Amino acid sequence: MSIDVIKPGLLSSLQDAGRRSYASLGVGRAGAMDVPAWRLANALVGNTSGEAALEITLAGPMLRFRQDAVIAVTGGVIEARADDQLLPPWTSCFLPAGTLLRLGGIQHGCRSYLAVRGGFDSAPVLGSRSTDLHACIGPLDGRAIQAGDVLTIGERAAAPWFHSGRHVKALRWGLDPQPWLGYAQEPLALMRGHHYNALDDASQQALFAQHFLISKDSNRTGSRMDGALLRLRQALELVSEATLPGTLQLPPSGQPILLLAEAPVTGGYPRIGQLAAVDLPRVAQLRPGDAVYFRETAMDEALQRLREREQSLQRLLQRIEQRLEST
Amino acid sequence: MPQAWPTMRIEPLAEDAWLLRLGTSIDFEVNARVHAMAAALKSRLAEVEYVPAYASLLLRFDPMSWLEDDGRFSEQRLREAINAALDQASTAEAEPREITIPVCYGGEAGEDLLDVASYSQLSPEEVVARHTRVTYRVAMLGFAPGFPYLLGLDPALATPRRSSPRMSVPAGSVAIGGQQTGIYPQELPGGWQLIGRTPLRLFDPAAATPSLLQPGDAVRFQAIDEHAYQRLAST
Repeated sequence: MSIDVIKPGLLSSLQDAGRRSYASLGVGRAGAMDVPAWRLANALVGNTSGEAALEITLAGPMLRFRQDAVIAVTGGVIEARADDQLLPPWTSCFLPAGTLLRLGGIQHGCRSYLAVRGGFDSAPVLGSRSTDLHACIGPLDGRAIQAGDVLTIGERAAAPWFHSGRHVKALRWGLDPQPWLGYAQEPLALMRGHHYNALDDASQQALFAQHFLISKDSNRTGSRMDGALLRLRQALELVSEATLPGTLQLPPSGQPILLLAEAPVTGGYPRIGQLAAVDLPRVAQLRPGDAVYFRETAMDEALQRLREREQSLQRLLQRIEQRLEST
Repeated sequence: MPQAWPTMRIEPLAEDAWLLRLGTSIDFEVNARVHAMAAALKSRLAEVEYVPAYASLLLRFDPMSWLEDDGRFSEQRLREAINAALDQASTAEAEPREITIPVCYGGEAGEDLLDVASYSQLSPEEVVARHTRVTYRVAMLGFAPGFPYLLGLDPALATPRRSSPRMSVPAGSVAIGGQQTGIYPQELPGGWQLIGRTPLRLFDPAAATPSLLQPGDAVRFQAIDEHAYQRLAST
């Protein structure tokens, strides 16, 4: 079973939970930027094994389905038309063979996830079907999809909640994206990094008092923050050490960079902060030009919020499974 | 703190990551202890991922598997597990694996060899002799998959990076950047001085052992001529 890429959209790549255990060889994790949205997309089509989904940035692709398929699109709310029918967001939908799926511009957020029942299939590379655009590792030799690509879908029994047929269908219920998309624009929680105290007084204050704008030079590796330039009391000579997604580092330009899913595995810039992991998916949904505020958090609070988010996500995943079974 | 590792500092970095720091400089001895520490921990705390760097070791773990009875993450339990593992371990290191890397120096394969020679006021032959004379250590891999940062460069060969980096450095290029030497595993942009090229493939994601070099390996370079390079490259 397969899908033809007619138009690729702005930047769409296959992603799963990411590549674990190879950082010591210089291979980063990559993987979905908004992990809860990726997991919920899979759940809505009945995938339970961490299948790869298509991560779409700002403007979506045009895809032709060669066979019947069950899909769901989560994450940033995007206009999705199956032939001429508008599909509801965050909802399980049936597309008959031959359907042309047009994903338009993302109306709210920055990244959407298209999951297909059975998952996007490709040989795992180093244990993952995530695309590492920087290291060129993963599906399609580690690149974004292009027009003319044929994407293979994994074998899977038909979804029992749809009778197959010749028409596009959507379930009458879907998920509410609201709690997952951070419409409230709350500040992002940041822990002090090891070199926070090396910032001068004005910069220490500015980090938690002023707003930054997501720069247009932002990608899956990191978001550059336009706004106040931060300064160290004196230059630091640091030796390279491991870096992580969520690390806020300060290069000599004074413009902080928040590392994201494709963070390099080592780096030598001062680490002025570490984003609470629970807020990483919110950064994934910020667009260039969006304003960002940081508030200070501590490890305990960050862990507590992470645990609560994981628990509510697990409950929701279970409810989706039960509801699909009973539909 | 485990007695055998008096200089170790634990820095919690993130919910799922701690850094164990042994020093703050690029130093052969400190780095050797990083690899000894990684080996000691790996054999006793296998569920943690380890990322060695020059003077520190990153631990990445699942905080949900280190919980107290009330469900909170237990920093104490993880600290005790690390200390227990290190208390049992010796700081002496196992003999590292030694890998020999054939290199065709100079010419088209090492466009900057003459610049390095003139900067260090040595003949090109002397640069090659000094580059092949020592045993290096893979301090860490980073920058790109399989890119080794090698310790042990003869200080006489230290050469600043190029003022403008190349957009594309060929795979296999052996290069000097400041006091370090390394090998580009794939075609990449880069600012180091290119002195030669190896026909060996350093990184193959499809292979059972994807990286030719592992952190902590000992490395020697062996000069080969262009014919030997072509012969090895075609196998």
